[in-house]
Amino acid sequence: MSIQLTNIYAIALHHRFQWEEAQNCYVILFPEGMVKLNGGAGEVLNLVDGKRTVTDIVTELKAKFPDAPDLDQDIIGMLELAIEKAWLRQIN
Amino acid sequence: MTQASLGQSVVQKEIQAQNNGVAANVTQTQPLWLLAEVTYRCPLHCAFCYNPTDYDKHTQNELTTEQWIQALRDARRLGALQLGISGGEPLLRDDIEDIVIEAKKLGYYSNLITSGVGLTEKRIQAFKDGGLDHIQLSMHDITEEINNFITNTKTFELKKKVAAMIKNHGYPMVLNVVIHRYNIGHMRQILEMAEALGADYIELANTQYYGWSLVNRSQLMPTKEQIDEAERITNEFREKQGSKMKVFFVVPDYFSDRPKKCMNGWGEVFMIVTANGDVLPCHSARVLPNIEFPNVKDKGLDWVWNDSPAFNKYRGDSWMKEPCRSCAEKEKDLAGCRCQAFMLTGDAEGADPVCSLSPNHHVITRAIEDSRNPVIASQPIIFRNDKNSKAIIAGELHDRVKDFHALP
Repeated sequence: MSIQLTNIYAIALHHRFQWEEAQNCYVILFPEGMVKLNGGAGEVLNLVDGKRTVTDIVTELKAKFPDAPDLDQDIIGMLELAIEKAWLRQIN
Repeated sequence: MTQASLGQSVVQKEIQAQNNGVAANVTQTQPLWLLAEVTYRCPLHCAFCYNPTDYDKHTQNELTTEQWIQALRDARRLGALQLGISGGEPLLRDDIEDIVIEAKKLGYYSNLITSGVGLTEKRIQAFKDGGLDHIQLSMHDITEEINNFITNTKTFELKKKVAAMIKNHGYPMVLNVVIHRYNIGHMRQILEMAEALGADYIELANTQYYGWSLVNRSQLMPTKEQIDEAERITNEFREKQGSKMKVFFVVPDYFSDRPKKCMNGWGEVFMIVTANGDVLPCHSARVLPNIEFPNVKDKGLDWVWNDSPAFNKYRGDSWMKEPCRSCAEKEKDLAGCRCQAFMLTGDAEGADPVCSLSPNHHVITRAIEDSRNPVIASQPIIFRNDKNSKAIIAGELHDRVKDFHALP
């Protein structure tokens, strides 16, 4: 699976992404299941909005976490996982 | 209702399966899943229903709409996210629309778990407008004959209509098929039917033996060979079909060497509020001895979850006995199902007898043998209905429940 930097993704149909105060994390909810996202994963998916490109997401997160090493790879890795899990759909 | 969230449910599998980028969830101190069993009334009479056989006692004292809404609010405050609206047949209540609206307002991901009986265009439109997230429809077989036999109703054509209605309203198609002796030979056709209906998810839930299905265990249990074949067909279908439709195959615990991690642990993620307001950590917990389950009419859910003796009773592992206590695998299954241990062995703290290390494992071996005994297996099915529930309460079907340590 190859992710192009110009790709734009949105949360998949029938899935809901939301912040959970009680769990102190982002979650993805879908029929018959849910996943709690750790901090980094939540930050990435929080920017997946059907408008930003992968480049936009990387740029924003780099600005937010300037000291994090290998951020590009982590973000791409997270997006790959999310696509494999069918949490995301590509819209362009 | 179906057996969707019994034992190793999908939510648990997801929680356990994720690790890359996803927090592992070993000790959960908040409920994630609220199951609202809003009524035990049901137009279907399924032989495998896991509802309590004495449900007839709880058809007259159901919670009011206001009490349900309060329970939803309280559970949401505790962290509950997934809401299952189940029964019985929830659509027999006329306030599901109100419950759905409140669930949406509170931020639940809500799921109506239904047989489809009572779902009309008007109601599904109201659910859509109110923010219901999905509908899980129970299907029984590809043949009218088996559908109508096992549910003891003529509902085959209706289910196909309801499936189309769900799809037309833009809902994901989530099917649950309880698997037993009468439909296990049709696995490929069942999967093809699901594909033809445009299913997004299908759960093939091998019958687990609680409630009515325990009473009918010898009549329902397939053979190990049938289960292996069903699993093989399922895997083959998955490979051929790709990721378009998610297929979950719930492995039957009687044919495993180790028990299921029941409910992902007692009081770990699940909270069930039953029709009359009893709050349970699992569907059948009321069979257990020496536990008083709180009721939402008397106690708030915060106290129930955090402080009640009932919810704390089997948390952690200090209650375990040998061979579980010193078992290297105890974290994997937490000694299995407390209800199954008690019902089948009389010891609620003992190992689930499904485990081959249990000193009582022979009760499982014998149950499997009984199901192959033509004399026992040809006893009539006791269908889930009010008449049979009353008879069981009155002790009239004693022969069918005498091997169990409480009424299933």
